[in-house]
Amino acid sequence: MSIKGQAYIVGAWEHPTRKAPDKSVAELHAECARGALQDAGLGKHDVDGYFCAGDAPGMGPLNMVDYMNLRVRHVDSTDIGGSSYIALVAHATQAIMAGKCNVALITLAGRPRSEGQHTGTAVRVVNPAVPDSVWEASFTPNTANLYAMCAMRHMHEYGTTSEQLAWIKVAASHHAQYNPHAMLRDVVTVEDVVNSPMVADPLHRLDCCVISDGGGALIVTRPDIARGLKRPLVRVMGAGEAVKGQMGGDVDLTYSAAKWSGPAAFAEAGVTPADIKYASIYDSFTITVLMQLEDLGFCPKGRGGAFVSDGNLISGVGKLPFNTDGGGLCNNHPANRGGITKVIEAVRQLRGEAHPKVQVPNCDVALAHGTGGLLGSRHGGATLIMERE
Amino acid sequence: MTDRKLAAIPETTDSAEFLAGAREGRLLIRRCTACHKPHWYPRPVCPFCFGNTEWEAASGEGVIYSFSIQRKPAAYAMAYVTLAEGPTMMTNIVGCDFDALRIGQKVKVAFSEAEGGGMVPTFTPLP
Repeated sequence: MSIKGQAYIVGAWEHPTRKAPDKSVAELHAECARGALQDAGLGKHDVDGYFCAGDAPGMGPLNMVDYMNLRVRHVDSTDIGGSSYIALVAHATQAIMAGKCNVALITLAGRPRSEGQHTGTAVRVVNPAVPDSVWEASFTPNTANLYAMCAMRHMHEYGTTSEQLAWIKVAASHHAQYNPHAMLRDVVTVEDVVNSPMVADPLHRLDCCVISDGGGALIVTRPDIARGLKRPLVRVMGAGEAVKGQMGGDVDLTYSAAKWSGPAAFAEAGVTPADIKYASIYDSFTITVLMQLEDLGFCPKGRGGAFVSDGNLISGVGKLPFNTDGGGLCNNHPANRGGITKVIEAVRQLRGEAHPKVQVPNCDVALAHGTGGLLGSRHGGATLIMERE
Repeated sequence: MTDRKLAAIPETTDSAEFLAGAREGRLLIRRCTACHKPHWYPRPVCPFCFGNTEWEAASGEGVIYSFSIQRKPAAYAMAYVTLAEGPTMMTNIVGCDFDALRIGQKVKVAFSEAEGGGMVPTFTPLP
């Protein structure tokens, strides 16, 4: 059974804060929930399904359901890192199809910036019950060097260059200049990126995403309820999810879980990469974008460097406008998890509500893809294809 | 190049025999008794066929699959090394000029003494 057309995204709201030292994580979640419901034209009491992931404080959905005092008959706290919220749109659609809920609320929020987290380079906490950590923690892998090893291997196999990766940041910065909420609004050049300090070879500081506070929320509902609301209709067309790790030691850092989740989503939606007018592509680092674009089929494997160069990702300039809010690279990476903002900007584009300077003309089909966890060790991938009705 | 001190591999039911081998300078890996394929990181249940696995001594030789130099606070070389037996393992490259490292370079195991004792399987370039 396909999820195609079986549910609509009727509410999408991104918290405007990027630094919230005076708000709790729970408060941010609740503010996002309120914002998305107001955007949809629905009320708190309409929510009968709640979806969250690891950023929600407490035990799965329990504490946030109680904090917001929701009366729900379906919950799901699937945690595949920053890609969770993209997968949760599909899970919400499945629950709606099965009659388990009518109005699904998905929230994300966090404040790593206020808490002073060094997300990319912090030593990761070891729990000996996590089987891989026993064998890996001694070597102090961190977020930055695990992604960097993917970039190093990609450069080795395909000749990808730092300048090509830099184009991804350049494109994001061109979009962020129009977003008043973006953390980094200055347009940068390829030279700015490759001359920024090295964090973990070959990734420079400007190859990395921002560390920001904030959050977002989505409302997914039944087709008949969506048609009774006043918002432009954005329907779910197809989805895929996958987990990729070290495969028993058959490590291959040249591709991501998008290689599996992407084709599943395209097949379900009945479209191809050529049909996608706008793409939200998870951008924890520039290399993340490049690998996902290849794996999703926007260009052949190994050709990502050429594909992203010369402004090809810049709205109004290139063939594939991406992350027109500025993405995680320049706008926002709330809770160190960018999945929900990927869906929110795709919904803005499909509604025609993106900033006029970055709005894609006649944007009828869009894709959001996320990578959660750590690309260089083990990660989740989730792909979602949406259509304006 | 002074290498930093690494944290010890915690002793668990899965790691105890490996750690004993490491103290004797032997790199142990596990191989499946059913499908005969070796894997990394070590597991009693084969990640390829769910068969049972047993320890064996690896040659300790391999090549760098990928790496990244972390510059601050203390420089170190994060890496994946593909062992001669086949599996690729996460490790650090030690005892060398980090700027001279390259993918495909031949390396051999060089157990580093961990904080508080115990040996951690790092690798060093072969001359």
